[in-house]
Amino acid sequence: MMRLPWFDYRAPRSVEEAAKILAWEGNGAMLIAGGTDLLPNMKRRHQMPQTLVSVRQVEALKKIANGSGLRLGAGLTLTELLAVRGLRERYRALAQAAAQVATPQLRNMGTLGGNLCLDTRCTYYNQNYEWRKAIDFCMKKDGEVCWVATASKRCLAVSSTDTAPALIALGARVKLVSAAGEREIALAELYQNDGIDYLKRKPDEILTEVLLPQPDGWRSSYWKLRRRGSFDFPLLGVAAAAKLAADGTVEAARLVLGAVSSHPLVIKSDALAGRKLTDDVIAEIGEAAQSRAKPMDNTDMDLRWRKHVVADFVGYALRELRGDDMSAMRLRIAKQLV
Amino acid sequence: MSGTARIERRRNVQLRLGVNGEDTEVSFAPYKTLLELLREDLGLTGTKHGCELGECGACAVLIDGEPQLACLKLAIECEGCSVETIEGLARGKELHPLQAAFADHGGSQCGYCTPGVIMTAKGLLDHEPEPSRERIREATAGILCRCTGYQQIVDAIEHAAAELRGERK
Ligand SMILES: Cc1cc2nc3c(=O)[nH]c(=O)nc-3n(C[C@H](O)[C@H](O)[C@H](O)COP(=O)(O)OP(=O)(O)OC[C@H]3O[C@@H](n4cnc5c(N)ncnc54)[C@H](O)[C@@H]3O)c2cc1C
Ligand code: SF4
Ligand code: FES
Ligand code: FES
Repeated sequence: MMRLPWFDYRAPRSVEEAAKILAWEGNGAMLIAGGTDLLPNMKRRHQMPQTLVSVRQVEALKKIANGSGLRLGAGLTLTELLAVRGLRERYRALAQAAAQVATPQLRNMGTLGGNLCLDTRCTYYNQNYEWRKAIDFCMKKDGEVCWVATASKRCLAVSSTDTAPALIALGARVKLVSAAGEREIALAELYQNDGIDYLKRKPDEILTEVLLPQPDGWRSSYWKLRRRGSFDFPLLGVAAAAKLAADGTVEAARLVLGAVSSHPLVIKSDALAGRKLTDDVIAEIGEAAQSRAKPMDNTDMDLRWRKHVVADFVGYALRELRGDDMSAMRLRIAKQLV
Repeated sequence: MSGTARIERRRNVQLRLGVNGEDTEVSFAPYKTLLELLREDLGLTGTKHGCELGECGACAVLIDGEPQLACLKLAIECEGCSVETIEGLARGKELHPLQAAFADHGGSQCGYCTPGVIMTAKGLLDHEPEPSRERIREATAGILCRCTGYQQIVDAIEHAAAELRGERK
């Protein structure tokens, strides 16, 4: 049996109340939403919060609002997110990413906010206490060295959220609320390239909302590499979004890679502006992205191969943006049409 | 327990939830998952204890009609919820059509995944009485079966769905 460690438990009903509790409890408290990331981690003794502050009863975190764009409450489950009317038509990459997270049961539980704040992952870390003890632990928790690169001064655990790359490509912003006030930042700014301190969120801040701009002619696409068609975290995620002129010329574009770094990796895609998505241009961008990706040997599948397919996956995403029928490839890769 | 009240680690909590249609009051240690509550405090061992980490689906039950994983659900968060487990399906000695179909079509071999698959399938058929095979596969993709190869599971659910619609007897 893997029991949860002991904790005190609070279930506030409003964001204000939750923020007050976090401010009062200090670093010993952690938020819990769906618990699908935090509870396995607590069972493995990665995190042992003194107090769990559940946001399940905070109705305000379930709000969906249309206006100049779309505002999504961080407490929506991924299943509820996928049911948002028009999501697939307007923000396809987000729908494609959310539909490929974990399993249907886990999507009924896990939330958008929890997915964005998901802990980074590593084969030397996502193990139970005894396993980790047997290797004398590692830098991320209870130990000193990084077993992936023993000379490394920082932890290289992998950013494994599927929705973050998609949302960054879509230009999303997030709202963070604490007892001291609130701020709104670009989602890309929430992350930093450090497997331990992977979020720039302060411990007393609650992610309350995701704000998406009006699609305004932008198209988007998300492709995920994993061993099975269900369950598995991404070994590579590619999110692409572009605004195309009527003749197919790219006016603006964003490209973001997931699971090849400790944060979602934004690839400079200025080279696309003013050009059409021809096979040559797609190959050029794919190669540029591949050279930037630095996957580490701390997750499933062969390292070199994971790097090798970056260009292919960028190609699938850009071809989908261009309007190619990718359904056969989609079935091959995702084992479902998303 | 809701609102501002604090639940303290050392004191048992007492709460009410619906289990298989019966209003149940239970007292338990607050660190327990719904899986532990069902198996240890309520004696309902039909829900299986597999990986405990969300990686197998053996513990799937219906919470307010939706398939969820009992091993990753805090029992204290189930106050007032309606929980359905495999024990609630048969009517006396008469099997539920899903149970009968699993027996008839080889949908269950060692049986360890079966309660999770059947509850997930019930969740699906309650909302969508006529799912395609593709849709059945999608909905049950969160449960690993090491025995059947899945084909018979899909067959069984398809047959049960037809029976529940009154098309077969
Ligand atoms: C078997 C398995 C497979 C999985 N596969 C995938 C996958 O393929 N892709 C993927 O992306 N994820 C995957 N997950 C992880 C997880 O299920 C999802 O990321 C889920 O969306 C997390 O949401 P949650 O509400 O359950 O998070 P929780 O576990 O409740 O929280 C996760 C973290 O976020 C913090 N947090 C939660 N809500 C907030 C908030 N509002 N503000 C600030 N901080 C907050 C918590 O303190 C915690 O640190 C998988 C999990 C399992 C068990
Ligand atoms: S990358 Fe290194 S420090 Fe980080 S979890 Fe893995 S082994 Fe530990
Ligand atoms: S026991 Fe819950 S998913 Fe394996
Ligand atoms: S019948 Fe044995 S695991 Fe499914």
